Amino acid sequence: MESLSSFFAMGGYAGYVWPSYGLAFVLMVAVLVTSARGVKTAERELEQMQSLRPGRRRRAQQAASVTEVPET
Amino acid sequence: MHRFANPARFLRLSALIQPWAAAIAVACLAGGLYFALFASPADYQQGETVRIMYIHVPSAWMGLFCYTAMAVFSAMALIWKHPLADLMARASAPVGAAFTFICLVTGALWGKPMWGTWWVWDARLTSMLILLFLYLGYMALADAFDDPERGQKAAAILALVGVVNVPIIKWSVDWWNTLHQPASVVKMGGPSIDSTMMVPLILMAVGFKAYWVLVLILRTRAEIAAAKVRTLRMAQIHAAGQVEQA
Repeated sequence: MESLSSFFAMGGYAGYVWPSYGLAFVLMVAVLVTSARGVKTAERELEQMQSLRPGRRRRAQQAASVTEVPET
Repeated sequence: MHRFANPARFLRLSALIQPWAAAIAVACLAGGLYFALFASPADYQQGETVRIMYIHVPSAWMGLFCYTAMAVFSAMALIWKHPLADLMARASAPVGAAFTFICLVTGALWGKPMWGTWWVWDARLTSMLILLFLYLGYMALADAFDDPERGQKAAAILALVGVVNVPIIKWSVDWWNTLHQPASVVKMGGPSIDSTMMVPLILMAVGFKAYWVLVLILRTRAEIAAAKVRTLRMAQIHAAGQVEQA
């Protein structure tokens, strides 16, 4: 228990050592979380738009099937 | 190199790399923290404050590394109109800015007990502060135009002009008198610090690099998706215009 408190005391420099590690942790997590969220929202929006408007290949297929219908 | 300019290929490759980058980052940072906080000795002069080094020094390396990467991507974007290079330069900027900020603050937290001051306007500290402003300026400029391509171009030029600051930071401790100590890890004739301190330093540095790869992939994926959404919107507007004309 005493070794644990001496570990956190950092030889009297706790006020300098722990904020350094804390800041690095908080900023790195914040950048990672915002980046991961950004991917999620951007890729979801893209999926929604693509489902509204099918890709070139599928549109060509649809157009082909539409023109084929009156012929049969 | 131009093979990697294809967004589809980038997405396939990044899907392979992403889990590895995440695993390496977690493993190296966990190991690095263990050695940095428990298994390495206190310095005979600096006591326990030496543990700030394991955050401060790798962060400083990352500040320079991310900026150099950003400048290289910007050059590729300007010279070859590489469609992904712009996006990757943009993706690198916030990581570099975060690490530069961490470096400056941990430097102040280390300077106060060891030098007796939070800050001095000497060459190393001032050039590092300029690096932070270059990052912030780059990010602001890239977002300042309605047309993202124009913003990208202006920001890429700023990144290339600012790259002159990188060697200034690197050699500032040799060129000017400064409170900051000269390089002790990367230098001619091998490092001059003990291996017990070298191990956590290298582990943290590799962990930070893997973290950069992970965030770069995430942010570039987001930028690719956003660019596709913009293209689809333009196509919709164009199609609607044609319907109205008809």
